[in-house]
Amino acid sequence: MYTEKVMDHFTNPRNVGEIENASGVGTVGNAKCGDIMRIYLDIDDNGVIQEAKFKTFGCGAAVATSSMATELVKGKTVQEALEVTNKAVMEALDGLPPVKVHCSLLAEEAIHAALWDYAEKNGIVIEGLEKPVNDIEEKVEEEDY
Amino acid sequence: MIYLDNAATTKVSEEVFEAMKPYFCEQYANPSAIYSFAGKSMKAVNEAREQAAKLIGANANEIYFTAGGSESDNWVIKTVCETYKNKGKHIITTKIEHHAILHTCQYMEKQGYEVTYLDVDEMGLVKLDDLKAAIRPDTILITVMAANNEIGTIQPLAEIGALAKEHGVLFHTDAVQAYGHIPLNVDEMNIDFLSASGHKLHAPKGIGLMYIRKGIKVGSFVHGGAQERSRRAGTLNTPGIVGFGEAIRIAGERMQENVKKEIELRDYLINRVLTEIPYSRLNGDPVKRLPGNAHFCFKFIEGESMLIMLDQKGICASSGSACTSGSLDPSHVLLAIGLPHEIAHGSLRLTMSEETTKEDIDTTVDELKVIIERLRAMSPLYEDFIKKQKN
Repeated sequence: MYTEKVMDHFTNPRNVGEIENASGVGTVGNAKCGDIMRIYLDIDDNGVIQEAKFKTFGCGAAVATSSMATELVKGKTVQEALEVTNKAVMEALDGLPPVKVHCSLLAEEAIHAALWDYAEKNGIVIEGLEKPVNDIEEKVEEEDY
Repeated sequence: MIYLDNAATTKVSEEVFEAMKPYFCEQYANPSAIYSFAGKSMKAVNEAREQAAKLIGANANEIYFTAGGSESDNWVIKTVCETYKNKGKHIITTKIEHHAILHTCQYMEKQGYEVTYLDVDEMGLVKLDDLKAAIRPDTILITVMAANNEIGTIQPLAEIGALAKEHGVLFHTDAVQAYGHIPLNVDEMNIDFLSASGHKLHAPKGIGLMYIRKGIKVGSFVHGGAQERSRRAGTLNTPGIVGFGEAIRIAGERMQENVKKEIELRDYLINRVLTEIPYSRLNGDPVKRLPGNAHFCFKFIEGESMLIMLDQKGICASSGSACTSGSLDPSHVLLAIGLPHEIAHGSLRLTMSEETTKEDIDTTVDELKVIIERLRAMSPLYEDFIKKQKN
């Protein structure tokens, strides 16, 4: 069902983890639908993404697209990172099954959410960046068992 | 490979395969033919029918071979609706039925029938008071599964059957997961129709049956011939039927021993998982449960990722997560027992056969522990949970 590249990025995901005091953090998705992605970006004074990390709750495609998206934005400027669309992520993974295309959209949104957070923290406007709709404002309620 | 998806399908056993073999290239006659060459085939079919009936305390002339559980379920619902439409147009079922029942009921709703989908309790059990309250003068059928295919909960069939009989309503049970695995008796349980499938008990795929109580009027579903007392047309699937018969014979003979062995192994598995994996829960009733079924939810992780990682370790399992069903919603069964979406996504079903060993279970649990730890380390939900705990 998945391409070799997807399986590779699922089995050996790149950039899993957190960045302390990250320049920007974005969390998108919805536990109800089964996918949550959180992307951390470390952006230097020149607006270049030095480091990208992620944490993802979701299926194989969700993990693989997070992994690929973080790989693609590393070393890019904020403006260049905006060009990392869901299409670019999918192409880099040699494609996704149709039912999993939403995972690549989520990866794009997670990047945008992290960039939005960075822009807000620094009081800047990133041209062409809109506030991501899937941003999670409130944390999921925990239930005990 | 460790195969723990026996609720999806089972391996055809060597004994079953041996019994079927002569009916492909040697005894290939159409059993319905007049010549003596066909006689042996018909005899084999009737012997299988005897076995199928004996297992549930029925008579051979109450057994009709079909292409499987889904056909049997479709048959009973659609033809009962048609046959009894003058009495009423109301069906009672549950929210946790197999889609062969649920989708057929939804289809009948479009044809102008009314369906009550009963809630179940947190263990997945039908509430008898709810059932009683749902019965109306125009109710023509109650259809409740014998045991659930996901969480393994066994329904109180005798009590349901008694209620149906008391109110003069026909009672069907989808026994695909139960037939050949746990004792069933159509008279003691007042069952009027019962669906079963061969491939869940080491017979091949594509063969099933329906039990119809003698004297009950119901139409044909597949038209076109006089086979199966004119109730189910189509050339008899002789090898399939013979294999099914042999599988039923073996299942009946070894049921007591298999049930004991599987329950022991199942409870060992459940105990290891619940004590060794934090934030895990068992779904379904711990006791009123299919002998070979264990079903868990693991918090903070998603089922498909878990299945792929298990597969990479050579372990075949299944999940009720959305990603494995092709929709965005997790299993209707897990939602019906009251699990929130995010927890239902992290489900895992392990279903054993009599061939499953303790070593298989130990390997699976050991691998599972590592996999869950890895996925949790990757999960933003787990990160939030840990941070919240520290504060």
